Amino acid sequence: MSSLSRDDVAKLAGLARIEMTEAELLELSSQFGLILDAVARVQEMDLSGVKATSHPQPLENIARADEVLPSLSPEAALSAAPAQEDSRFRVPQILGEAE
Amino acid sequence: MIHKSAAEMAKALTNGETSSVELTQLHLDRIAAVDGDVKAFLHVDTQGALDQARSVDERRKSGEKLSPLAGIPLALKDVLAQKDVPTTAGSKILQGWLPPYDSTVVSKLKDAGIVIMGKTNMDEFAMGSSTENSGYGPTFNPWDLTRTPGGSSGGSAAAVSSFEAPLAIGSDTGGSIRQPAALTGIVGVRPTYGAVSRFGLIAYSSSLDQAGPFGRTVLDTALLHEAMAGHDPKDATSINAPVPAVVHAAKSGDVKRMKIGVIKQLQGEGYQKGVQARFDESLQVLASLGAEIVEVDCPSFEYALAAYYLIAPSECSSNLARFDAMRYGLRVGDKDGASAEAVMSATRDAGFGREVKRRIILGTYALSSGYYDAYYGSAQKIRTLIIEDYAKAFAKADVLVSPTAPTTAYKIGEKVDDPMAMYLGDVATIPVNLAGICGMSLPAGLADEDNLPVGFQIMAPAMQDQRLYQAGAALEAALLTKWGAPILSQAPALKGA
Amino acid sequence: MALPTYDEVIAKWDPVLGLEVHVELNTKSKMFCSCATEFGAAPNTQTCPVCLALPGALPVVNEKAIESTILIGLALNCKIAPYSRFARKNYFYPDMPKNFQISQYDEPICFDGYVDVEIETDEGLKQFRIEVERVHMEEDTGKSLHVGGATGRIHGADYSLLDYNRAGIPLVEIVTKIVPGTGKYAPEVAKAYVAELRDILRGLKVSDVKMEQGSLRCDANVSLKPIGSDVLGTRSETKNVNSLRSVERAIRGEMIRHAELLNEGKKVKQETRHFQEDTGLTRSGRSKEQAEDYRYFPDPDLVPVTPATIWIEELRATLPERPSLRRKRIKEEWNVPDKEMAAMINADVLDIVEATVLLGADPTKARTWWLGEISRIANDQNIAITDLAITPKDVAELVALVASGELTDKLARQVVEGVIAGEGTPSEVVAQRGIKVVNDDGALMAAIEKVCAEQAETAEKVRGGHLPAAGALIGAVMKETKGQADAARVRKLLLGHLGQAN
Repeated sequence: MSSLSRDDVAKLAGLARIEMTEAELLELSSQFGLILDAVARVQEMDLSGVKATSHPQPLENIARADEVLPSLSPEAALSAAPAQEDSRFRVPQILGEAE
Repeated sequence: MIHKSAAEMAKALTNGETSSVELTQLHLDRIAAVDGDVKAFLHVDTQGALDQARSVDERRKSGEKLSPLAGIPLALKDVLAQKDVPTTAGSKILQGWLPPYDSTVVSKLKDAGIVIMGKTNMDEFAMGSSTENSGYGPTFNPWDLTRTPGGSSGGSAAAVSSFEAPLAIGSDTGGSIRQPAALTGIVGVRPTYGAVSRFGLIAYSSSLDQAGPFGRTVLDTALLHEAMAGHDPKDATSINAPVPAVVHAAKSGDVKRMKIGVIKQLQGEGYQKGVQARFDESLQVLASLGAEIVEVDCPSFEYALAAYYLIAPSECSSNLARFDAMRYGLRVGDKDGASAEAVMSATRDAGFGREVKRRIILGTYALSSGYYDAYYGSAQKIRTLIIEDYAKAFAKADVLVSPTAPTTAYKIGEKVDDPMAMYLGDVATIPVNLAGICGMSLPAGLADEDNLPVGFQIMAPAMQDQRLYQAGAALEAALLTKWGAPILSQAPALKGA
Repeated sequence: MALPTYDEVIAKWDPVLGLEVHVELNTKSKMFCSCATEFGAAPNTQTCPVCLALPGALPVVNEKAIESTILIGLALNCKIAPYSRFARKNYFYPDMPKNFQISQYDEPICFDGYVDVEIETDEGLKQFRIEVERVHMEEDTGKSLHVGGATGRIHGADYSLLDYNRAGIPLVEIVTKIVPGTGKYAPEVAKAYVAELRDILRGLKVSDVKMEQGSLRCDANVSLKPIGSDVLGTRSETKNVNSLRSVERAIRGEMIRHAELLNEGKKVKQETRHFQEDTGLTRSGRSKEQAEDYRYFPDPDLVPVTPATIWIEELRATLPERPSLRRKRIKEEWNVPDKEMAAMINADVLDIVEATVLLGADPTKARTWWLGEISRIANDQNIAITDLAITPKDVAELVALVASGELTDKLARQVVEGVIAGEGTPSEVVAQRGIKVVNDDGALMAAIEKVCAEQAETAEKVRGGHLPAAGALIGAVMKETKGQADAARVRKLLLGHLGQAN
């Protein structure tokens, strides 16, 4: 029986940037056992030599010409911003460094 | 008037019997009367709808040649962006968001003169099969207001089923059009993947999502299908080919000498008795119309559910990362010098519901290093096997069939705390999405044990959507003769109607 | 304990390099949407639902970006993958709207190439082959302005302001395999590699490659291992390396820093560091020990890239002359000594000198002007040679004027000053300033006679056969003619006048 411990779930919640209460972590951890068992069935079949499909249609090389089309106005771009200043999106203090 | 089909309404508009403004107002009145109980709509765009209707009436008066559905009102699943109209995807995290752009589907509707009356309720970010996962409360099944209408396009299905709109648009990632159609006694189609533009469709699982039409008749659904489908250069996964002749097929429903394949794995045990009974009867009807019934074996379908519940959460864990309180949407916790990271995490906890969080965590796990091959990688291989099984089956049959859902509509609250039980409801619809082919659900009658609607599912190969309509129209006509009236006439009347 | 000297470092340690270079392509529109890519536009005026990552938006790849990337790969001797895909690199950061970057992971479009560089060593010119692991496509992030902190840096800032104009601009990432065996020349090799890349990219015309503007960015990875050992040391990554000189300084600085730690028995931390232009040192940044799990998977919104072999060969045929071959050709055609060739390359004036030669100037003269007088002025004014107002056309004109005798070298220098000061072309400066070589022998003789009369003693010395004394007289004549005489002519006439044949 597969399972995810409360700590495993907490680590994943961190990766997914979702703050979770202790209760939420425990609930997810307990539910995951069943779910993981169900989805682990994908390993039951003999998949050696089977190629993965990431696209249902065999499309290739879809691209667009290098042309400029009108952008949104800055007002429209910022229209839903929770905070803005000087035509820029204002965000709280960023702790981490850029890649 | 509101009990007519969209095709009949269109004729009335062309004949001048009624105007689009009158027609739209009738439907707005209906919404006002019954939606307090049904709760299909999240937002009714009264002014916008009447403005659209007025504009179409003027164009018609001036002699302009209009599209077949011009002036007909429609309900739009809140998963599609509509410029300056609240679009939430059923989530609190997008409460109050006004898109600065139209999705391509909406552009096409506007070009066709179809009147968008409002945005319908849905499971949050299309994750669910009962509309109970909406951040704004559930929608109720017009057949029995204590039951779900299915999901995730429950609002759209309920709107059509309760005559609030003759047409609606939903989206189908694992069955979210077909299953609600089955549970509410209407027609719903999930077009071939790539046939309908996803530009502006708020993404859940990119390789599985497709928007599609709901109607009360096969022909209505075909008319809407034609209006909304077509290549879009803004969607790199969009197929550059003409829309299959679905309206023509709907008008010439005929199954003589058609080979109809019954999928061994999608019937029998696990299917409610009444559901199986109506399915078997429909097969007999099709046989009596000249179709040849054959059995096909798709062994990989046993693993379809597992593959889906790895692929979809994986893709959604990435698609939903953009909801981070920085550029739009909900922002909480921005005080006392909280960092951007803290605000992101607090917002996502407050704005996402339980099912969405569950799937994001599951997807994050399935993609994480060390687990990719075992989970996501394996699921994508199962997908290949499903495509191969379908290919083998379609070599033997022109269309494949199954019951749309294993049960009829269940009670609100019955499965919401049991995710696995909920997921099992998608077992018959999911293979279509994994393979990227098309599928339809149309009413097959009512289950004896509960008098609730049962859906009959037809599947066809990619870009052969017209086969759905051809077979569907034939079955629909025969069943109509059998019942004497459309199945919806047997629905209990709604209060306020 | 004092830092070891560089010589001490290389006596004991063997550096291993890894270089990652990001190139911003000069396409008109962004990588996955049709917004403009103009540098310096007002904030958030070049954004759309796609590059802002609004719900529902979808990417469509820019075909010119694919073409440019293939050209880069071909120019770097790479194999072009017949099948490659885009992958999502998932992590959260406010400058990256989707909170994933569309990049390429295990299926890059170009791989297994190499770049040859040549540097001057104690034993003469030496060649190094830098192997290129991969060249792949990705997209740039938005720009953040950190407000409230002391230096505008992220530490101590109260909040940040985001401009997404840059988000989605096409980036090509060029990653080397590890580069061992450079020994004490590691900094020079790295610099030469980046310079060569820059020249190649410039020749392909796929990017502005301006390091100061950020269209060419270099991250340098350095580790040290004991000489003779096979075991690689822990590496550090240095970012914010904004010029060729900084590449060299950063690597040298990191080698010294690593050596100091290792000499004391301490461990080198695997981390990202930031290069400081002013001090030449690096500052600690983000620790790389807790490596973020990027959960790469193929992007389901995009389809595979499968360039046709015919197209690849068509592109290969358009490749311009390889910079190293061009340099060889120029060296032979102009007969340039090694040291001068190196000087031209080092001062980055090869292009400008070649342009001057192509306009008709003699190569040696062109070189002398650019490397000599004009370089001096550029250094004095503390700006780059290419930013001066003088052009190859100007210099070619100048060389022609001197060759025809209308200007002496000395007068030509005045003209150069005038052109650089913005007074116009050489001919215009000559006209405006009234610069003229005094060619009139009559006038010259008058000046000569006057000077000889004034300095009779010195004139006598020359008449007596003491030729060096003529120098003072010639100088006086030059002064008399306001420097506008041709000194050589003056000397001939003077000596003749004083009875001394040349």
